[in-house]
Amino acid sequence: MAGKRIADAFSRARARGRAAFIPYLTAGDPDLAWTGRYLDRLTASGADILELGVPFSDPIADGPVNQRSSERALRARTTLSGILDLVRRKREAGFETPVVLFSYFNPILRMGVDRFAGAAARAGVDGVLVVDLPPEEGKDYRASLAAAGLDTIFLASPTTSAERLERIDAASTGFVYYVSRLGVTGTRTALADSLAADLERARRKIVKPLAVGFGISTPEQAAAVAAMADGVVVGSALVKLLEGPDPEKAADALEKTAAELIAALGK
Amino acid sequence: MSGQLGRFGDFGGCYAPETLMEPLAELERVYGERKRDAGFQDEFARWLDQFVGRPTPVSYARRLTEAMGGARIFLKREDLAHTGAHKINNTIGQALLAKHMGKPRVIAETGAGQHGVATATAAAAMGLKCRVYMGEVDMERQALNVFRMRLLGAEVVGVSSGSRTLKDAINEAMRDWVANVADTHYILGSVLGPHPFPTIVRDFQSVIGKEARVQIVAEAGRLPDLAVACVGGGSNAIGLFSAFLSDPSVELVGVEAGGEGIATGRHAARFALGPGAGVPGVLHGTYTYLLQDENGQIKDTHSVSAGLDYAAVGPEHAGLFAAKRAAYESATDDEALEAFDALSKLEGILPALESSHAVAYAMRRAREMKPDQVILINLSGRGDKDVESVRRLRSNEDGR
Repeated sequence: MAGKRIADAFSRARARGRAAFIPYLTAGDPDLAWTGRYLDRLTASGADILELGVPFSDPIADGPVNQRSSERALRARTTLSGILDLVRRKREAGFETPVVLFSYFNPILRMGVDRFAGAAARAGVDGVLVVDLPPEEGKDYRASLAAAGLDTIFLASPTTSAERLERIDAASTGFVYYVSRLGVTGTRTALADSLAADLERARRKIVKPLAVGFGISTPEQAAAVAAMADGVVVGSALVKLLEGPDPEKAADALEKTAAELIAALGK
Repeated sequence: MSGQLGRFGDFGGCYAPETLMEPLAELERVYGERKRDAGFQDEFARWLDQFVGRPTPVSYARRLTEAMGGARIFLKREDLAHTGAHKINNTIGQALLAKHMGKPRVIAETGAGQHGVATATAAAAMGLKCRVYMGEVDMERQALNVFRMRLLGAEVVGVSSGSRTLKDAINEAMRDWVANVADTHYILGSVLGPHPFPTIVRDFQSVIGKEARVQIVAEAGRLPDLAVACVGGGSNAIGLFSAFLSDPSVELVGVEAGGEGIATGRHAARFALGPGAGVPGVLHGTYTYLLQDENGQIKDTHSVSAGLDYAAVGPEHAGLFAAKRAAYESATDDEALEAFDALSKLEGILPALESSHAVAYAMRRAREMKPDQVILINLSGRGDKDVESVRRLRSNEDGR
């Protein structure tokens, strides 16, 4: 059941003495059939929750790696309903890893928020994160997703005030996604200097599990973040592996890189 | 839609990434204070008088009127504002806000280059660091403006993603802002984007309508029957319309880019009916009419004019459209070029290709109206920047 799978994933990781590992991939890069195989390989490596990006023509929160990935997925004619269809087929085949959709608002709005919520829940999606939908604008959206039994994950960032942190925590179910630094998605050579202090401040207001993402790419960075968070999201560093011409090689590289990152997450 | 932030009917709102929510709230707060602060308003008015050269006149277009043989046509001459377009009204206001917020760096997007030039100008005059994002396609068709911005000390960064036009330049400017929000103010160039931008830009552009309302009564002896302006994002149109919203006798028409014709689907007319008509959605932080496909992806737009070549429209226009207070029509590339010619040869004014769309529609309407009726066109910019594009279009025509 939706909602439950995400909570279970955090408990299971905690029981293993580590933060949850949450890899991100753009759905449909290079096509949805390969995305399905990548999900299996990431699960085999030990991923706890899978974040699937819905490609969008104007991804204002994404850096160059995810932008290019989104363009490849759109060239392969990836659509939101196609992505839901992929999740449904995976669930029918017994795939149990929780899936969170990471989207911009317009594709969801175009499908219709209610219709999307029903279709996503039936397909077996567990939660949804909309990068350009703050809680203030998401009241109808939250009601629709809650009615369908889907988790609504909102973002918090270093610029978020204490009062908003509380509001974001209240609006979020499943977990809160903390943006580790000001800027777009993408690999960085170092974590933000202020991250430890920022997370400590966030922790005072956020009681839900806290997953941290944006700019985390190496096992060393993942280990440092894991010590301060319930979950670690790695996106661009994995998406970069999809840039080569051979999806088979990309799948091997994904599984290997994911395993290395997970090995670094023990506390 | 149920949000409360900056709504125009159902439209507008604040659909921004979380990192921008506090900075946007701060901008709203600072702007709210300065709006009521007589000192700030005096400072802004002084800049408009002494630097921009306001008020701009309203001119009677005698020979164009005679050629059409109908309504009397008047032009609000924003082409005579410093830097050659209305964009400077907004950039001066926002650069002042940046100073008041203690932000030493400004960024901007630009399509035709007019907003970029106006931002670079305001930044130079006020001692702010400036970077302008511009799609590579637009850099090519507006090469002169790229050079002007660099002469003014701004850094111009080409954007090679997506359709390499205005929307991609906005994407890149928003990415920059998210990363550098602590020391940077984003001078958005139109009545677009997340709240409070559509309101701030409208307020700074409302000087157009305030002046024009007094001037047209003085020149024509009455309010206009029809007020016309081109609409890309729609800041010059909102600036004009804002003074006439409570005058039911004044018909307000925004003119969108009809590109190669509405029926071809290759246009930027968000309100037009027909194949691929605009549908409300969210782009760049606001809920408004959008050219998008059935999966919610933003469509490429087509216009001879870089400044109108954009898939979304200011949310206040969507509100005026829904409330039926303003109507939205379109003019094709060819009609705009004919109007460009007509105004050049009959009035001695080279209009911007953007403004030429408004002129084209007004010419169509003037013929059907009576000589005692009055049309007021907002001539939002001058066409010097377009001379090279028009020359190239002409030489293509000669060659075929």
